[in-house]
Amino acid sequence: MRRVYLDNNATTPVLPEVLEAMRPYFDEHFGNASSIHHHGQETRAAVERAREAVAGLIGCRASEVVFTSGGTESDNLGIFGLAKSGGHIITSTVEHHAVLNSCKRLTEIGCEVTYVPVDGRGLVDPADVKRALRPNTKLITIMMANNETGVLQPVEELGKIAAEADVYFHTDAVQAAGKVAIDVKRIGCDLLSISGHKVHAPQGVGALYVRKGTLLQPLLYGGSHERSRRAGTENVPAIVALGKAAEMARAGLGDGSVARVAVLRDEMERSILDSVPEAGLNSGGALRVPNTTNIYFDHIEGEAMVIALDLKGLAVSTGAACSSGAIEPSHVLTAMGLPPERARASIRFSLGKQNTKDDVQFALNVVPETVAWLRELSPVYTG
Amino acid sequence: MSDRQSIAVAMSGGVDSSAVAAMLRAQGHQVVGLTMQLWNQRRLANREGMPEAVQGRCCSIDDVYDARRVAEAIGIPYYVINHERRFEQDVVRPFVAEYLSGRTPIPCSLCNNHLKFDQLLLTAQQIGADLLATGHYARVEFDAASERWLLKRPVDSSKDQTYFLFGLTQKQLSRTLFPLGSLLKSEVREIARSHGLALAEKPDSQEICFVPGGDYKRFIDAYLGEEGEALPDTAGELVTTSGEVIGEHAGIHNFTVGQRKGLGVATGSPLYVIQINGQERQVVVGGDEQLYSRNLRVKRLNWIAFDELDLTRSVEVKIRNRLQPA
Repeated sequence: MRRVYLDNNATTPVLPEVLEAMRPYFDEHFGNASSIHHHGQETRAAVERAREAVAGLIGCRASEVVFTSGGTESDNLGIFGLAKSGGHIITSTVEHHAVLNSCKRLTEIGCEVTYVPVDGRGLVDPADVKRALRPNTKLITIMMANNETGVLQPVEELGKIAAEADVYFHTDAVQAAGKVAIDVKRIGCDLLSISGHKVHAPQGVGALYVRKGTLLQPLLYGGSHERSRRAGTENVPAIVALGKAAEMARAGLGDGSVARVAVLRDEMERSILDSVPEAGLNSGGALRVPNTTNIYFDHIEGEAMVIALDLKGLAVSTGAACSSGAIEPSHVLTAMGLPPERARASIRFSLGKQNTKDDVQFALNVVPETVAWLRELSPVYTG
Repeated sequence: MSDRQSIAVAMSGGVDSSAVAAMLRAQGHQVVGLTMQLWNQRRLANREGMPEAVQGRCCSIDDVYDARRVAEAIGIPYYVINHERRFEQDVVRPFVAEYLSGRTPIPCSLCNNHLKFDQLLLTAQQIGADLLATGHYARVEFDAASERWLLKRPVDSSKDQTYFLFGLTQKQLSRTLFPLGSLLKSEVREIARSHGLALAEKPDSQEICFVPGGDYKRFIDAYLGEEGEALPDTAGELVTTSGEVIGEHAGIHNFTVGQRKGLGVATGSPLYVIQINGQERQVVVGGDEQLYSRNLRVKRLNWIAFDELDLTRSVEVKIRNRLQPA
């Protein structure tokens, strides 16, 4: 069966060049990067080259990059690393669970959290963030791009607000990396999270930008790895892969490969909206990353749609998977004010560099017919 | 069943439904495994005496894990579908309400009517499956003479689950398969073993899936507490059949007709709950000879073999799953 993967915001395939780059670090160059001998020096150099590549992607110094196990750890390290009990944190209602549940935990250990709302397009109003500031506000953590809608938050304005108030600013850029240019200086953030597997590196590696001079309390205690900010022997093959992927992501922003994805996404989006009645975009006119579109198809159950499409060979997603693998209604779409039925009737399509015009055509062949079939069976739909 | 069909199997992670999936797959059908996520087992954990964590119950992560492993082992696609909202509305709420009004609910039957053979059957259709198969011990047969789908007892009478399936409509029955109806439980385990399924020896589950440890009173307390609702005061008198007040009770939801334990009074001979009068909050008790009754009034009937009762008939009635029909 032909299978087409349009769920690149969930994870991306490792690119062949990335796999090639990491391969020697399993056996040929296997050393512990902390060892003083040749083997250690070899892998140490590789880790530091990767650090430079990641720094190049986000516009910081290599020494400001901390390698982690992924986006979730980066978010946790940033948030728990700064928040002291009794402090106040500002976040938004549409953050990833890695941020939301970290904030929830902080409230259990004595912090106060303000959840700034979003408008119908999914955008945070910087004025709301400014109004939420308190004398004891320690941290603002608001994402750069949303995983479900792709909507870009006004992070530069938020960075200014944070700087004026002398408050730390963390942004989860997991879904922005490789899709839009990231410059930590322009954003004015102190901390920024990225994840390897969203940019064609393997799962299980990520990085946190930590602005020079920012004192972080580590999550893990052990050796003095990562300048004592993250103990544990480095995952060298994965770090090398992240470096290569960062290099390619940076190049992709200029060589037309991201622009090509944008064209595919726009074509697909337009065709679906043209051919399916009672469907619409879940992002209003907000600026988005170029690979994501989130569309509601009224009178369907998104969960049944995802399964029906998967059985036809098309991989897309809806909501967020809970521990059993069942789908929970999207907190993002709900926070944007969508009625529950419409939130449940929404599907996310997210493209990647590897997707082709044929892939999009495949989606255009199966999506309208599947929507029509589901509506025919719907107990509430009367056409 | 000889033709290759597209069949969805309701998989619970237990031996029975796993064997069904394996059998149908081996027969060459196109099989999709589905599990309903119905209740978040952690939702009431740690509330008012509820156990901290519950293992091995329906909808637990362990059961979903088992079902997923079986699907992978036999090579079928598998999905978990979230029906927590409907389950709470159509099963949990009525379950609590029935107890509070002095009746004993049958949640499995409500779940079959409103979830398994309604929502899940719809999902099965939506994803292109013609039929839904489950691991129930029951048989469904089409009677050409009456042109009705009939629900029949299974070969393994010790596992008979028709009691919980009484509410199925003709339409539901027509789209349902019970492949275990002609098998003994021991044969089903053997089928699971022969397909190399690791869970072939998994013990049977009998209790109500969302009530940990079977303590429904604690569940009702915890659920109402979580919902911010007060437990209605249904405390009242314990009376004998002749009307003599012999004690008090803390609430009618603590009783089921036929119950002997936990009445809170000691007399020379064993006492049973004979009747619960919800309006007067009275629990009537008496000796076991008073438990028997010649009359029974029933509501909300589903005859299956015909739509409406049109003539006087003599029928057998089963009032508890474990009791013999009379």
